[in-house]
Amino acid sequence: MAVAQPVGVYEREDLLTGCQAVAEGIRLANVDVIAAYPIRPYTEVMDAISKIIADGKLVAEYIVADSEHSQFEIVKHAASVGARAFAGSSGTGWMYGFEALVVTATDRLPVLFLVGNRALDDPGAFGVEHNDALAIRDMGWLLCWVATAQEALEHVLLGYRIAEDREVRMPMALAMDGAFLTHSQHIVRIPSQEAVNRFLPPFDLGERRLHPDNPVSIAPQVNEDWVMEIRRQNWEAARRARGVIATAYEEFNQVFGQRYRPPYSFEEFLTDDAEVVLIGMGTVAMPARTAVRRLREQGHRVGYVNLRWFRPFPTEELRESLRRFRAVGVIDRDFAHGAPDDGGVLLHEVRSCLYPVRERPAVVNFITGLGGRDVSIQDAIRMYEITQEAARKDRLDGFVTWVGVRE
Amino acid sequence: MATADKVLVYDRIKGVKQIPLEEFYTSGHRTCQGCESATVMRQFIKAAGPRTVVAGSTGCMYVANTSYMTTPWIVPWMHTQLGAGGSSAVGMAAGLRALMRKNRIPQEKIHVISFCGDLGGGDMGLSGISGALQTDYDLLIIMYDNESAANTDIQATGLTTWGAQTTFSPVGKVERIMHRRWKKNVAAMLAVGHPNCRYVATACATFPPLDFLNKVRKALSIGGPTFIHTYDPCPKGWDFHPRYSHELGELGVRSGLLPLYEIIDGEVVYTYDARKTAKGRIPVREYLTRQGRFAHLTEEDMAHIQRMVDQMWDEWEVPGVAPFRGTLKVSA
Repeated sequence: MAVAQPVGVYEREDLLTGCQAVAEGIRLANVDVIAAYPIRPYTEVMDAISKIIADGKLVAEYIVADSEHSQFEIVKHAASVGARAFAGSSGTGWMYGFEALVVTATDRLPVLFLVGNRALDDPGAFGVEHNDALAIRDMGWLLCWVATAQEALEHVLLGYRIAEDREVRMPMALAMDGAFLTHSQHIVRIPSQEAVNRFLPPFDLGERRLHPDNPVSIAPQVNEDWVMEIRRQNWEAARRARGVIATAYEEFNQVFGQRYRPPYSFEEFLTDDAEVVLIGMGTVAMPARTAVRRLREQGHRVGYVNLRWFRPFPTEELRESLRRFRAVGVIDRDFAHGAPDDGGVLLHEVRSCLYPVRERPAVVNFITGLGGRDVSIQDAIRMYEITQEAARKDRLDGFVTWVGVRE
Repeated sequence: MATADKVLVYDRIKGVKQIPLEEFYTSGHRTCQGCESATVMRQFIKAAGPRTVVAGSTGCMYVANTSYMTTPWIVPWMHTQLGAGGSSAVGMAAGLRALMRKNRIPQEKIHVISFCGDLGGGDMGLSGISGALQTDYDLLIIMYDNESAANTDIQATGLTTWGAQTTFSPVGKVERIMHRRWKKNVAAMLAVGHPNCRYVATACATFPPLDFLNKVRKALSIGGPTFIHTYDPCPKGWDFHPRYSHELGELGVRSGLLPLYEIIDGEVVYTYDARKTAKGRIPVREYLTRQGRFAHLTEEDMAHIQRMVDQMWDEWEVPGVAPFRGTLKVSA
């Protein structure tokens, strides 16, 4: 149901799922090599891309691989010769290709992957959990969560812009909640090719490109002689990425209008006078924001922080933001069994980020929505109530609450 | 199956004096004395020439072969993962083709070659190689087979000869034979399962002379995905003096244990057929007794290997290649 109404730099509006929006982004980014392998829920993006290619709307090499490991290795090596490449996966498929994910990062090859977040086996579940994407958090990937289909499309363009930047050259994982975003339809404004070309330069791997005219040896055995220096270089690239991310959003705004506000790595909702906030990643923003509105109608000063970029973690900006509040409730759609205080992954990132602040807010944790279980508005209100209580107390009895679990 | 091109047009090396003098795999590697896998490296890139990109899977030809700051590769080379022999080739070929289609790099023939060991290619990476052989990209996958995880400590793989001692199959007080798997028939398996793959071959780096060089040339000329399996005697892993490396390869081929053939458009050609030599197939014990890894074998063990090899040549529908026997018979 295309609505042919050009809106400035946008060529049309369409009703698209998160996966379909990413496919439009891949078309507009003029991606060169795409490798597919099926697994729910990310797989719909490949359905859409293969149709785009079959309809002649994108010239690309499209390969249906024999496994995720091959799929990821194919795009890694396509990138090594200088091609812009795309792949993706979900849950246990993502883990099957994990070895390839690690080397893609250590080789500093700026491919873009879609992670349609899915619970890891066993037992089987199609629904969202963030543990799949979070598994790469220490490997040198850019890792970003989007919450709407519009953001998904735009972050394909932003993702390539940031990943391919000479200062960064890191692979980019674009994560989105399985079902809640991969398969839910949104009205999406689709940019014109001309506008995209103004924003996104062609990929140039430069002196690292594998070609007979540039006979380099890539990733030879280094052992203890050099591995530490190479890790250090990758560490510095991840640090530089923070600045490049900000620049990329500014450039994006210049072309597409004021789509994003600083700090781009996260966005705040009704936090100006808030005493208590929740922070989470992905589509949990929706019930959380509705809960904020309802609670504010009753006079509660609450807000929501939607964390977009998990790697690199926006340490300084988030620290300055969260220190303003009396209590922070961290929503984890993941698990980290046996971790400190038995909390989730994001809890530890946020607490660690806040540690240097002398007058810290109280930090509590919620494990919720696992395996695709719905996080309701009532669940979000309950999380706000617990966080408000933590703000009032001097001492916390427990840090972690499972919300929406049968006990 | 595609109609067989009876005459495969390629730039044949007709004599030893015609072997290109240029080396594209030179000093800098740290492989052992008498390493036949290093000879495979040197030869395949000599045959392919400088307009080539190479991916090398993890294995001894990565770890011992390509050290930072002392790379032996004159051509562009990149490490790939143990099981990525097939997928790395597909990736490079797809990337180059896409860039040429979009006029971002000049149109030209660039050879894409990926090599992997018997552990990486024959065991772990089999699925990826199968995937690669289903594509329509021009690429060559070379599986260099020294019958062990030769860099990791000489562990048994699916291609280790039956009965061999390795660090995973030592001789013990109770068990004499710990490695009881028969050598996996990788080249023929791939040829049978991938009718679009026009060229599959087995080879030995130095025997017969020129054979391997010309097989690489054929594989790169015929187009589409191709596969070569090389037999590489390994002095360290097989326990023999490095001066006998070439000789061991020759003995393996002449005994029939390591059959040499190519399958071009589904047609099997024996590139060395011991049956047609004056001596015929030599007994496998002439090959086995030259290697320390078989020192523990009894006469019965060697007779078992001989029986298996005899079966390969006398009973298989395609001798030495395909382990099918005759037509289905209805039992009485």
